[in-house]
Amino acid sequence: MSALQYKAPTSVDEAAALLAGASGEARVLAGGTDLLVQLRAAMIAPELVVDIKHIPELTAVSVKDGVYSIGAAAPSAELHENKELFAMWPGVIEAMDLVGSTQIQGRASLGGNLCNASPAADSVPAMIAASAVCVIAGPNGTREVPVEEVATGPGKTSLAKGEFVVTIRLPKKAPRTGDAYLRFIPRTEMDIAVVGVGICLTLDDSGVCTTARVSLGAVAARALLVKEAADALIGTKCDDAALANLDAAAQAACRPINDKRGTIEFRTKVAGVLARRAAAIALERARS
Amino acid sequence: MAKNHVTTTINGEPVEFLCETQQTLLDVLRDELQLTGSKEGCASGDCGACSVMVDGRLVCSCLVMGVEAEGSDIETIEGMAEGDQLHPLQQKFLENAALQCGICTPGFLIAAKSLLEKNPDPTETEVRYWLAGNLCRCTGYDKIIRSVLEVAADAKRA
Amino acid sequence: MSGNANGYKWIGTRTIRPDGVDKVTGRAAFGADFSLPGMLVGKILRSPHAHARILSIKTNKAEAFPGVKAVVTSADFPEIPASEAIKGSSPPNYRHLSQNLMAREKVFYDGHAVAAVAATSTAVADEALSLIEVEYEILPHVTDVLEAMKPDAPILHDDLFTGGVDPKPEKPSNVAKRVEFAIGDIDAGFAEADVIVERDYTTEGIHQGYIETHAVVANMGEDGQATIWCSSQGHFMVRQYTAGLLNMNIGDIKVTPAEIGGGFGGKTTVYLEPAALLLSRKSGHSIKMVMTRDEVFRGTGPTSGSAMTIKIGAKKDGKIVAAEADLKFFAGAFPGAPVHLGCMCGFTPYDIENVMAVGYDVVTNRPKAISYRAPGAPIAAFAIESAIDELAGKLGIEPLALREINAARKGTRTAYGPTLGVVGFEETLEAAKNHPHYSEPLGPNQGRGIASGYWFNVGGESSASVSINEDGSVTVTSGAPDVGGSRASLCIMAAEVLGVDIGQVRAVIGDTNATGFNRHTGGSRVTFALGMVVIQATEDCVEQLSTAAAKIWDIDLEAVVWEGGYARPAGDNAGKFEPLSLSDLAAKTPMTGGPISSKKSSNVQGAGPAFGTHICDVEVDRETGQVKILRYTAIQDAGRAIHPGYVEGQMQGGVAQGIGWALNEEYVYGEDGRLQNSGFLDYRMPVASDLPMIDTVIVEVPNPTHPYGVRGVGEIPIIPPMAAVANAIEDAVGLRLSSLPMSPPKVLAALQNGA
Repeated sequence: MSALQYKAPTSVDEAAALLAGASGEARVLAGGTDLLVQLRAAMIAPELVVDIKHIPELTAVSVKDGVYSIGAAAPSAELHENKELFAMWPGVIEAMDLVGSTQIQGRASLGGNLCNASPAADSVPAMIAASAVCVIAGPNGTREVPVEEVATGPGKTSLAKGEFVVTIRLPKKAPRTGDAYLRFIPRTEMDIAVVGVGICLTLDDSGVCTTARVSLGAVAARALLVKEAADALIGTKCDDAALANLDAAAQAACRPINDKRGTIEFRTKVAGVLARRAAAIALERARS
Repeated sequence: MAKNHVTTTINGEPVEFLCETQQTLLDVLRDELQLTGSKEGCASGDCGACSVMVDGRLVCSCLVMGVEAEGSDIETIEGMAEGDQLHPLQQKFLENAALQCGICTPGFLIAAKSLLEKNPDPTETEVRYWLAGNLCRCTGYDKIIRSVLEVAADAKRA
Repeated sequence: MSGNANGYKWIGTRTIRPDGVDKVTGRAAFGADFSLPGMLVGKILRSPHAHARILSIKTNKAEAFPGVKAVVTSADFPEIPASEAIKGSSPPNYRHLSQNLMAREKVFYDGHAVAAVAATSTAVADEALSLIEVEYEILPHVTDVLEAMKPDAPILHDDLFTGGVDPKPEKPSNVAKRVEFAIGDIDAGFAEADVIVERDYTTEGIHQGYIETHAVVANMGEDGQATIWCSSQGHFMVRQYTAGLLNMNIGDIKVTPAEIGGGFGGKTTVYLEPAALLLSRKSGHSIKMVMTRDEVFRGTGPTSGSAMTIKIGAKKDGKIVAAEADLKFFAGAFPGAPVHLGCMCGFTPYDIENVMAVGYDVVTNRPKAISYRAPGAPIAAFAIESAIDELAGKLGIEPLALREINAARKGTRTAYGPTLGVVGFEETLEAAKNHPHYSEPLGPNQGRGIASGYWFNVGGESSASVSINEDGSVTVTSGAPDVGGSRASLCIMAAEVLGVDIGQVRAVIGDTNATGFNRHTGGSRVTFALGMVVIQATEDCVEQLSTAAAKIWDIDLEAVVWEGGYARPAGDNAGKFEPLSLSDLAAKTPMTGGPISSKKSSNVQGAGPAFGTHICDVEVDRETGQVKILRYTAIQDAGRAIHPGYVEGQMQGGVAQGIGWALNEEYVYGEDGRLQNSGFLDYRMPVASDLPMIDTVIVEVPNPTHPYGVRGVGEIPIIPPMAAVANAIEDAVGLRLSSLPMSPPKVLAALQNGA
């Protein structure tokens, strides 16, 4: 029978100590929209739940010299309401906006979405494309890790015992940069992504793409950063030929499974379609 | 295992309760406080029948732990009417036949109220997407959406 | 308002439903909202295997766990031999029902109930379930209907022999029965045809999707008297079935109906009630059992999936001369697929001389099927209405016009026997043709589909009582649960007969002791049949009121008229008396003969069959296969809309369910026979952003057998949508999709293969 304990520390160090010192399994509670589902379904049986929402850094959002620091437990609804953040990184915020319903949005967080490590997590391809970095705290201090290195497989992360993500940092955006995220779901809302594509690209002043990052979600054990897909755009003006190459490169990178949400064939095909469409949006944003 | 003692505010009234750590806010509302207006349709955040407001945010109470209510401000369907004065949304739902079996109705009312507080003049699309987390199997949503739009229009005219 | 237009005071007006305030304030008590002091939590242990023999069940560890007060298995249920399976003249097969509620020698599906516990808390009950040791011998399983019909298929029941075939088979089969409905000469019909279409169709298992899970609070007293509080579509059904399953006297069980949070046919049977009573008896406490959503999907419903072949032949001028349907429906673990209803309703919108409809009821390792809104008819209509559309294309005739040419009307002989009386199918076609939606231009990748549907509606056993209270207010007590606002309609009808203000009338759903027997709420019967007995009882009250007035005025009863809520002298010759209101008369009842009330029980006949015609516009994303519903108009003959708002609501709700069935809903089983999508995340019902406004047109061709012309409205609306969507997709991209759901991967594959 469950002997589940709940603790609500008020500092990062306190939280790290609780997580590291737990004799059995300990879980971080941010929005709870994944954790409580798993607890109820008896998929997990931790002994300790550490609620990090009472630690100020975990829910704060600040910007300095164009660099955004987003508390890993800040609810998505708050991020959406932050007009400057939304304007700066529409791809990231729109991606997180797609996670679940309005009710889920009131609680779900970037940190939770990342660390739950679903291969289909919506915010992750967008954060990867945006070159987001995680600040991770633990019993041995803090370290920084690119977002793409956190999830290692379905439900698994590279975090050690006692570690948790404190802040997600988005870099200073170069001029003429645009980001976008699209996903495919069978309905219009409320589904897990069958395919997700996050793209961030930067143009020079003649409209040629100088840097790009393309990330695919739900088509492998974790979100992929696809260099070949980015290369299809770099050095081009993102014309139809470049987009066709992007489509092909995205499809080639897919390693999806057949499951109740999509077949291999469908996911692969649609990954290419969404890559083209997301690139078009990112391009438009970069130009404006 | 000792129970957790929680002090909170529900519909403006101070409330204290004891709960097991694994009880959700929905479990507490229904089983400990006899506030059965919020319903359990799925216990996984997919149907919205348990919708409440926590500190001004629309959430699924089945995905909030009872202990997390400590120090919070919670609004449930039981607090939506003021005395015997129904909220305009409640009144409009009745006039428009926007409910049939009524099990999803408390969740929709709380969700719609939170929408109009954030966005007093939403488009039809905005209403539909805001309410996408509230499942209804009886009405096809038509009269619900119309009711929300009409309440918004009435408020605009007033 | 149509009420005034037809000269009625209340019929056709949009009154506020009498139970409405409770529902918008959260006060209304649904099944899980009720509690009794000292009650225990009951939970069910379910099989994780699709098909297995139960070798042993050891419950001692569970029983010994602190806080566990009782454990039951099938050993606690009376064994019902085949000879006693049918009690009286009504379904169910009690032997099958008993085995479904608590597995005996075998489990037949992932989710099949195997044991039940009662404990002091949910946590203790869950722990107790994990301590019950069940030894299974896993058997091969089959979940597909065609696979289940193959000669080498794993056999579920070795005492099931196909009925309806001659000679009776010697070997058991998964085919429970074969049914056939035929008129004319089908071969001669096809020989005459100039154009023939023939195609196979498939549909998947579909759940009713009610938001309220099953819940019950039950108490068995030491004297063997039982009380049950539950939500259901028929508390008399709950009483009857529970008594039958537990070998109890019906009169020893009292069932109080809770408000019901959706049923759509899925709550016309029992799941938890008998186990709850057995746990109560064993533990000496009241028991509360509430299903989780996972249990609802794995352990209840759904409706059948199917494999169908439709063949239709017509002359060049559009007259259909032959129509053939071969319908194979899977029933889940025990027989009872509604395939006969599909056969009966599918071709009925059309006047066809030569029809052959054959149906097969096939068992598979899935939960036992139960009704879902016009059971069987939507499945058959998907195929038949698609075929009509394909036929129209081949003939070069507009689909609506083809329907007009062949429309059933008064005097048309149906393939299942009856000749139609006054019906309104042509009126729905006319209304569709004249609707602006019909001629609105479409853009690229957009298409429009038409489809129709028929349901016979039922009447059935109904009992109600009407009482005039001491202050002149009126209480209508009936015994059929209100799923869609029927209390509003019953109040309207009583108020209309009495001529009083609607606010004076209250409708109550009484428990099983309060009224005579009521058949469950289903078959679109309540407004019609309960309405009928309420009207009769109210008319009887009017006679009693008039008699009381006659006594007061000391005149003959014939000299009194009841008008506008008052007893009045019939004419000047009767005498100059001031009119007496309901309240006036109610106040005087001690002097005039006593309380005024009336009750009526009747097996109401004469339900009016009904038709609907729908128009659907879609847009197809050719690169992803996603289908968006742009616009939808549902047209339906309601006979007479007692409360138009709730009639519209029935139409819109049925359409939404049909769209879900068309596009995304399906049961997904793995190779291991386990259900993979037992929740609302992956069982994809339409959400608000998936649908447009659903426009409705109520056509009124009154049913001659009902005083106000009522026809049932609840079931028709789910019948046309799947074909309407399929026909719209065909119009948009030139592809005929014949397998439901038409989910994006299937649409995209069809687009790529040019199927």
